Amino acid sequence: MKVLVPVKRVVDYNVKVRVKSDQTGVDIANVKMSMNPFDEIAVEEAVRLKEKGVVTEVIAVSCGVAQCQETLRTAMAIGADRAVLVETDVELQPLAVAKLLKALVDKEQPGLIILGKQAIDDDANQTGQMLAALADLPQATFASQVEVVGDKVNVTREIDGGLEVLSLSLPAVVTTDLRLNEPRYVTLPNIMKAKKKPLEVVKPEDLGVDVTPRLKTLSVSEPPKRGAGIKVPDVATLVDKLKNEAKVI
Amino acid sequence: MSNIKSLVVAEHDNASLKGATLNTISAAAQLGGEVHVLVAGLNAAGAAQAAAQVAGVAQVLHADGESLAHGLAEAVSAQVLALAASGGYSHILFPATASGKNASPRVAAKLDVAQISDITKVVSADTFERPIYAGNAIATVQSADAVKVITVRTTGFDPAAASGGSAAVTSVAAVADAGKSAFVRSEIAKNDRPELTAAKIIVSGGRALGSSEKFTEVITPLADKLGAAMGASRAAVDAGYAPNDWQVGQTGKIVAPSLYVACGISGAIQHLAGMKDSKVIVAINKDPEAPIFSVADYGLEADLFVAVPELVASL
Repeated sequence: MKVLVPVKRVVDYNVKVRVKSDQTGVDIANVKMSMNPFDEIAVEEAVRLKEKGVVTEVIAVSCGVAQCQETLRTAMAIGADRAVLVETDVELQPLAVAKLLKALVDKEQPGLIILGKQAIDDDANQTGQMLAALADLPQATFASQVEVVGDKVNVTREIDGGLEVLSLSLPAVVTTDLRLNEPRYVTLPNIMKAKKKPLEVVKPEDLGVDVTPRLKTLSVSEPPKRGAGIKVPDVATLVDKLKNEAKVI
Repeated sequence: MSNIKSLVVAEHDNASLKGATLNTISAAAQLGGEVHVLVAGLNAAGAAQAAAQVAGVAQVLHADGESLAHGLAEAVSAQVLALAASGGYSHILFPATASGKNASPRVAAKLDVAQISDITKVVSADTFERPIYAGNAIATVQSADAVKVITVRTTGFDPAAASGGSAAVTSVAAVADAGKSAFVRSEIAKNDRPELTAAKIIVSGGRALGSSEKFTEVITPLADKLGAAMGASRAAVDAGYAPNDWQVGQTGKIVAPSLYVACGISGAIQHLAGMKDSKVIVAINKDPEAPIFSVADYGLEADLFVAVPELVASL
């Protein structure tokens, strides 16, 4: 069974982005870019399934600019076998990415597609669900445990109030939550090995997908700032402030 | 834009509506036009009746069947799509909860429209504000699609009044089970505390608690005293001190209570993204440099193992 793992190149989670002064977006020139953390968990999970012998091949996919090749090399350093880049300079929105992935699912016929639940740049939380709908596949989002049993996958999901277990017929779409696993550190030998693994580049036109954005961003602004508060010297002062100044208790 | 008609997909437990539904109805009401509510479940007449009483709701559609018993995304989205075609809805809104986020993008994809996630403000019927980059920027986005599929961040909208309405409840046929996914079991923690996302007061603990025993021993009495919900930072959840669904932050729960008490939480940007819209923030931390102090209205620089019990005693 093949596993397809889509990965997104995003601003590193440690970077605090700044809004551009002309309000056209955030300034991402010269900031550190990394693989979306949830996608890293997805790659790790796919590679672990391969190490367990459940999966035969892990294919990493990224959609976006040429530099996404670096993200794909990272995925291959974690253990993906090969990679596909759908290269375009067009701003890609989740629906377009889901359509590109659907085309690749048709071509590669994976048994499982594992994606991050959300990218930490646009915070959309859409692509996995959209792909599942377009490919008419069952889905289990926000996974904290994935177990392949025969032609089914049992997935424990993090939901409001607790956990839920679903059983899906393969092929299926799974999106990862934080507690699914802890991705390994990539080692230098594996980084070197990843450079030799195959990386295919295709264009959206090759897949017959129109990626024109549907949502227009009119402006991007700074969120309202909280006024600076005060430090209180002791618990008694804190209680007094909460009761008599803020009046919240 | 003319002919605005909204469908709100209710979150409920069959017997009653979840609070997030009321905030979503408020967002729909701001669009102008009629607001309909879909209650899809099994033996969900109670929730449908509750929806009919919400102020501003014109009609309740009640779909009841085995396929909808567990809120599977496949079935819920199919149910919405079945109604979207005949209902002529211009807007379809889900609360941005775990279940809303699960089903909503399927509806958008099948309609071949963009989804507008986590809106915090309705600017006009086609233009919305939504936070990006963990709330470090606010994007104003405009949709040209015929149908707007939206998830609503509940903290952005006051809840609609739960009573005062008298909408008709119409039964609609439940969709068939697609047969590709099945519910196995759930483990839902039972407690008498308010729901995290609806609580007026939240007491949250961080990694400084050091163990799940200490977390319970120190945080619970304060939450009990204040009638508060309990939350946690990602670090505390990852370390196993608190359950997964207590995580407050960018990719966990987004909360905005009247009072948020952060105990031993340093305040990573991802955590701040989940709670910085709280009305009053209290931070108790022994590290004077902790970023949490930059958003706290009242900061107490102290050892939480001393300060929190003292706080409990003085309330």
